Amino acid sequence: MSDLSDFDDMYQEVIIDHYKNPRNSKKLSGNYDETKAHNPFCGDEIELQLMISDDGIIEGISVIGRGCAISQSSGSLMGDSIRGKSIKEARNINLNIRSMLKDEELSDGDLDSIGDSYAIEGVKKFPVRIKCALLSWSALNEILNKY
Amino acid sequence: MDLERIRKDFPILETKINGNNLIYLDNAATSQKPKSVINSLVDYYEKYNSNVHRGVHSLSVKATDEYEKSRSKVREFINAGRDEEIIYTRNASESLNIIAHSWGSKNINKGDDIFITPFEHHSNIVPWQELCKNNKANLKYIPLTESGDVDLDKFKSMISVKTKLISVTHMSNVLGAVLPVKEIMDMAKHTSAVTVIDACQSVPHMPVDVKDLNCDFLCFSGHKMLGPTGIGVLYGKFDILSEMPPFLFGGDMISEVTYEDAKWNDLPYKFEAGTPNIADAIGLGVACDYLKSIGMKNVWNHEVEIGEYIFNKFKLLDNFEILGEKSKEKRGGVVSFSHNKIHPHDIGSGLDRFGIAIRTGHHCAMPLVRSYGIVAASRASVYIYNTKEEIDIFIDRLLEVEEYFK
Repeated sequence: MSDLSDFDDMYQEVIIDHYKNPRNSKKLSGNYDETKAHNPFCGDEIELQLMISDDGIIEGISVIGRGCAISQSSGSLMGDSIRGKSIKEARNINLNIRSMLKDEELSDGDLDSIGDSYAIEGVKKFPVRIKCALLSWSALNEILNKY
Repeated sequence: MDLERIRKDFPILETKINGNNLIYLDNAATSQKPKSVINSLVDYYEKYNSNVHRGVHSLSVKATDEYEKSRSKVREFINAGRDEEIIYTRNASESLNIIAHSWGSKNINKGDDIFITPFEHHSNIVPWQELCKNNKANLKYIPLTESGDVDLDKFKSMISVKTKLISVTHMSNVLGAVLPVKEIMDMAKHTSAVTVIDACQSVPHMPVDVKDLNCDFLCFSGHKMLGPTGIGVLYGKFDILSEMPPFLFGGDMISEVTYEDAKWNDLPYKFEAGTPNIADAIGLGVACDYLKSIGMKNVWNHEVEIGEYIFNKFKLLDNFEILGEKSKEKRGGVVSFSHNKIHPHDIGSGLDRFGIAIRTGHHCAMPLVRSYGIVAASRASVYIYNTKEEIDIFIDRLLEVEEYFK
């Protein structure tokens, strides 16, 4: 009989920690880009704010939302992964995250680029939850596409 | 009711999910199928697969015969007067859309009112929203009392000569509350309003008698009542259906076609354009047979008992809240709940590890779920094969999942 131990693959300690204590959840002030993402399937919501400097560096990020542990922790972790990165780097990380969840092979460099967000890797075993994990990353795409 | 015997009729209950016996508590979404229904599909395809209403050969005669026999079974199941009043559709959504398009676009005019309740499934909201947008009519909601039930007194004062259509759910797929549809139908009688009942959650679970309800239309889906997916029913009173134009045009719905024009076929075929879903219609008839053999009163009593059992268990739990807890209406075997910290998706994934299937999300009733100040909820919904032992396991595992996320 299974129990919740294999559940730990998805709900890594880091995930639970970020879910309970979300980082990057302070609203930005000044000039920033903003977008909202919503997953109608489960009602998860993410509000993403990015402050991008003139030379294209993500200097500030705010992720606020409500929803399941996966969507919310993924947003919190995303903030840690992309702060200080250039737009180009952030785009690349976004692609790598998606490859990781599709279980595609990644170079060591690409894996490294993902940073703390590697914690959501276990979600790939639970395909119905991948959409939750990508909610904030989709919001990120939406803002970066404007640049 | 012999639960043990009933459970043996459902092969899927033998399935292991993540190493555990399946505990299926997502019946309001779709029900499981008994062996007799599954066999009827195989039987049709293996022994008499053929098109209906056209061939003179033996197989076509047999297929037509079984297809029409199934219609009679459905008619009897909801106590309609004539077979012509039973129209096969894909599901209740399609049935409701036929009413909105065929009846609505012709009869709803600028400034008219359409009433629904705040409990509706999206399928009984969106077709009316679209109809109102197109015909410049108003979509209005029957108000609620403090206990969260429909306020019939207030509603009475809102009905006017402009009220042209009233469409209500018989039982909420989120709260499990049974609505006073008969009282609402009675009120409608004093107006020229046409009445619609969304019976998706009632026909599978309780005795439903369209003559007694005296509704003009009643819609339901086969797959929620032990039948196959892809087959649903639109019941309509003969006189109203006769006046309505067809919804889809093509084969089978015509009586005569020239190069210039066509005449419509009689009911029910006027609304069944193209080759119908023969196998699944036959399967639905077999599902009616199965439910009839148990008796709908017995089905209902069993579900009310298990529903109450779940309800009372939740009342003892801290951190959980039952949606619509204060409702004074009779409840069926549906309980939706939320946790003060844990998101339903996490609860649903956790229970799945133990082989327990519940529904998590907005249950296709976003406005209602949002009115409770939440974006999603979890729902346990039962059917004839669920036992109290299963509920005990469900609650135990739910507490384990809660502990995990603490």
